[in-house]
Amino acid sequence: MYSFDFVKPSSVAEAVAALAEDEAQPLGGGQTLIPTLKQRLAMPSKLVSLAGIDEMRGICRDDDGRICIGASTTHAEIAEGAGDYPALARLAANIGDPAVRNRGTVGGSLANNDPSACYPAAALGSGATIITDRREIAADDYFQGMFATALEEGEIITEARFPVPEKADYQKFEQPASRFALVGVFVAKYADGVRVAVTGASEEGVFRWTEAEAALSSDFTAEAVAGLSVPADGMIGDLHGSPEYRAHLVSVMTKRAVAAAG
Amino acid sequence: MPKDHGIGAPMKRREDVRFLTGAGNYTDDINLSRQLYVHFLRSDVAHGRINGIDTEEASKMPGVVRIFTGKDFEGVGGLPCGWQVTDRHGEPMQEPAHPVLAQGKVRHVGDPIAAVVAETREQARDAAEAIAVDIEELPAVVDMKAALQDGAPRVHDDLTSNLCYDWGFVEDNKAAVDEAIRNAHHVTTLELVNQRLAPNAMEPRVAVGDYQRANDESTLYTTSQNPHVIRLLMGAFVLGIPEHKLRVVAPDVGGGFGSKIFHYAEEAFVTFAARQLNRPVKWTASRSEAFLSDAQGRDHVTKIELALDADNNFTAIRTETYANMGAYLSTFAPSVPTWLHGTLMAGNYKTPNIYVNVKAVFTNTVPVDAYRGAGRPEATFQLERVIDKAARELGVDPMALRRQNFVTEFPYATPVAVEYDTGDYPALVDKLEEIADFGGFEARRKESEARGKLRGLGVNCYIEACGIAPSNLVGQLGARAGLYDAATVRVNATGSISVMVGAHSHGQGHETAFPQVVADMLGIDESMVDIVHGDTSKIPFGMGTYGSRSLAVCGSAMVRATEKIIAKAKKIAAHLMEASDADIELKDGKFTVAGTDKSVAWGDVTLAAYVPHNYPLTEIEPGLEETSFYDPSNFTYPAGAYACEVEVDPDTGKVTIERFSAADDFGNVINPMIVDGQVHGGIGQGIGQALLESCAYDENGQLVSASYMDYAMPRADDVPFYSVDHSVQTPCTHNPLGVKGCGEAGAIGSPPTIVNAVIDALHSGGHKVDHIDMPLTPSRVWTAMQG
Amino acid sequence: MTQVTMTVNGEAVSAEVEGRTLLVEALRDQLGLTGTHVGCDTSQCGACVVHVNGKDVKACAMFAWEAEGAEITTIEGMANPDGSLSVIQQAFQDHHGLQCGFCTPGMVMTAAALLKETPKPSEAEIRDYLEGNICRCTGYHNIVKAIMAASGQDAEAIAAE
Repeated sequence: MYSFDFVKPSSVAEAVAALAEDEAQPLGGGQTLIPTLKQRLAMPSKLVSLAGIDEMRGICRDDDGRICIGASTTHAEIAEGAGDYPALARLAANIGDPAVRNRGTVGGSLANNDPSACYPAAALGSGATIITDRREIAADDYFQGMFATALEEGEIITEARFPVPEKADYQKFEQPASRFALVGVFVAKYADGVRVAVTGASEEGVFRWTEAEAALSSDFTAEAVAGLSVPADGMIGDLHGSPEYRAHLVSVMTKRAVAAAG
Repeated sequence: MPKDHGIGAPMKRREDVRFLTGAGNYTDDINLSRQLYVHFLRSDVAHGRINGIDTEEASKMPGVVRIFTGKDFEGVGGLPCGWQVTDRHGEPMQEPAHPVLAQGKVRHVGDPIAAVVAETREQARDAAEAIAVDIEELPAVVDMKAALQDGAPRVHDDLTSNLCYDWGFVEDNKAAVDEAIRNAHHVTTLELVNQRLAPNAMEPRVAVGDYQRANDESTLYTTSQNPHVIRLLMGAFVLGIPEHKLRVVAPDVGGGFGSKIFHYAEEAFVTFAARQLNRPVKWTASRSEAFLSDAQGRDHVTKIELALDADNNFTAIRTETYANMGAYLSTFAPSVPTWLHGTLMAGNYKTPNIYVNVKAVFTNTVPVDAYRGAGRPEATFQLERVIDKAARELGVDPMALRRQNFVTEFPYATPVAVEYDTGDYPALVDKLEEIADFGGFEARRKESEARGKLRGLGVNCYIEACGIAPSNLVGQLGARAGLYDAATVRVNATGSISVMVGAHSHGQGHETAFPQVVADMLGIDESMVDIVHGDTSKIPFGMGTYGSRSLAVCGSAMVRATEKIIAKAKKIAAHLMEASDADIELKDGKFTVAGTDKSVAWGDVTLAAYVPHNYPLTEIEPGLEETSFYDPSNFTYPAGAYACEVEVDPDTGKVTIERFSAADDFGNVINPMIVDGQVHGGIGQGIGQALLESCAYDENGQLVSASYMDYAMPRADDVPFYSVDHSVQTPCTHNPLGVKGCGEAGAIGSPPTIVNAVIDALHSGGHKVDHIDMPLTPSRVWTAMQG
Repeated sequence: MTQVTMTVNGEAVSAEVEGRTLLVEALRDQLGLTGTHVGCDTSQCGACVVHVNGKDVKACAMFAWEAEGAEITTIEGMANPDGSLSVIQQAFQDHHGLQCGFCTPGMVMTAAALLKETPKPSEAEIRDYLEGNICRCTGYHNIVKAIMAASGQDAEAIAAE
């Protein structure tokens, strides 16, 4: 990889100050960034490690009952500690492999917004709020297409807050090589309606399947979505599956998620 | 109770202790004083003309010692091809030059253009990015049939076309085969692809070149399955270094599967550069580089026709295969689709008429060469798939159809030029039916259906030609080297033994299994015997490990050398006991005079050999060391019968392997634990081919699956426990151990078994799918089910 | 260059590293602990797994400077104090859970982490936990058996089922 400097700030303020430098880049768990750097696909002047910032770690519940997760909390810690939101804990427990889960962080995943990542489906499917060093962003506004988010230059995610649904489940059909989601569907039933978020499938990145949401909001059963499908147009087509196959999997995984959510 | 030592004992592997404690010595663990690092600048286009390389800026960068380009290798030989195939018309194959660094053109993504040698790895890579290469991109040829069209872009301008050879085998059989197919009661035809694979030994390739000016000697440390082959090819054909000035060392090697047989440009480069710079030069491949520079495997496109008479007897087989050579001829590439493939087209069956046509084609892709099984998986796959299809068309049981056509009398001379010495295919099927529990299948299918899954049972029989050797034979077939092997048994004064072998162990457990043979023959403990391998300065000239040959060929040399040791030791013992050497018996490490209680111990004799005070110096020399070269009279023919049960999820097309059973005949077995492990590993790779793996190139010659993000390696949760058995044993008739070889069997036998099972599952669900090309990914299976 | 200080296999050590030096490079190149291997560049093969503060991580996906002050265990630190093979290592030998040995250090480190978390894992739990460790030699059969045996279960009987 290219040569770079690094800093290990101990507060969000220090981190933000360090990121003001040109070409400085935050380093979360590094599970995506380090392989990217190895391929020389990024050339930061400085890496700003977010691992040592205590205020960005840990899981708690806020006054509204939301699960609040510090951005530097690892997948393994969430799998262990987000028991109040079992579907989210299970999702975290199935990201990557155990060693990756011990380093990778929720903030890193949300900031990267890989079109096949799991957390974007959970955040969008839960109507989560992304908290940054400077503002709060609703998930509906945050995800803006493959690898694109509402984050500004130098802005870092410090926390994500997930409203806890009555019922929820995440079904991931894995791409056989990367084990990322070929298609992943997160379904969450709240008092005011159902949210369905799909990852892995679309060329636009994670998206809400509103047609399914409407159907499920009136009847939360697998049968309610049995006749629905997403158009293949705009779905990803690659070595691992055609757009038609991905569109089909969206239906299958949605049904399975609803059935598993009970 | 299993034996606890000697031939046939499942002895634990002694090499494991160093591997389990981090004490292995792999090539990348070797670091020499004053070592430099090389980074290869590789082509990012599949086909292009090099109009200029500007290294000026790069050469001024920190740490850069020197930058080499193709110009530096103009006076140096290219990488040689070790096998010449003669085509249908008696003409030699077209054989292009293969420069160490590209000259004039680049011909595949990954073709090395320049090599930067610097003080550190990262400095070398930094500077490589600063080299300005002016490449005029040319249209690439990727598809083999398109490559043979008139007007297709030429991979090599100096060849007449992209056709390497058009091979017919046996050409004289062709008319009879055509006739038999015309007159057949039934002909089943199948077109299929045996997809390209990346071997993916877990240790990427590494090469360290060193030069000792004091004695003008070069040393190459390299990840090789056969250090003497590398010394021969690189010394004689590339760099012109005589054997006594060139040492090649292959220390612990982290898997090969064929990919580390071949002589690669990087090996020649580091050896060359170390001489030029008078400093050691090291190269360590990244996995990304491995995908673009390790020879890949398979890549055949085939049409096969199977003719049957009214009684379902096979009457003829005709095949036409396009075999991808890639951009250059890798070391043994031409032999794979021909002699390692065409000769196996008879399979386990007594089909009287067989004709095989193979067109080998150059394309703008990474070179293709032997990968675990090499030609034999391709033969088995098409044959066993077409038999399965025939059984379905005829409405007969697929295993019954196979049984009916089995070769049952041995030796059996096939219509494709080989003679099977021994085998018992019905016994293998009997054993398979027992371990696979065919009787319980219908109940398991019902249970799967109750869960909404489709269950299928697939079977397969295979034969392979192993113990790759007979020099006389392979010489007639175009090999440019002999393929014997060698062993030196050095008995030390205290009776301990070092056995220097030409075979190389990179996972096969030679360090454990070979001593079992010697110790058994001498009646001593295995701990007294050590194997030395992988260093041309220590071992006799042997040809290494591939083609399941180590024990059958090198092991036989070891037996012969040990027999010579015993003969000489008996003479010494006879002298010590004042008896006739004809009366001396060796048992349990003791020499006795037959019919008496007189004896001397092993150690007494070995000591006398080295301290020859009371010794018949006029009759025998002191010392106790013998070498044998062994060149067998035939290949060996392991065979097996495999079964697999799969579940298909009809909603997603995902295939899950529920049961896998393998009954193999490897002849005699030295260490059954190691043999089981070899079969497990082969099956694992076969599952990878059947369900997961594929080197996919786009139309521009870019490898789309160039990392583990897209190239799906089998993992622990992709496979089940396997049930393996090798109790059916028909010993090889022509080597002293009666062994046949077990390294490739699993990779040969498993892919058709799995595909047959998936097709069976789909039919059980009413999906009339005849064939799906591998890998049977969920997407492909689901798409096939949509009709 | 930066000085990194850490405890590796119980010993305090330090190394001079660049920002871009990976933990695995520091271990192999500077500390001479070549038992930890590199088999890919996308953090998937698991040949480089070590324990950092008791957790299994991929040493190729962590910078050396991120390990400042950490307790690190590598394959070289896994044997018993008297040098004999640990229970897990011994199970790998007993059940022929390795062939070429290249993936083995990562397998052993991952197995150790699993058994710490789940002392008696099922076959499915073992296979699932090994998702990030690729072996090309064994077809995983004997690796899974070895881990079962190391956890005190009857591996032979379970594999034969």
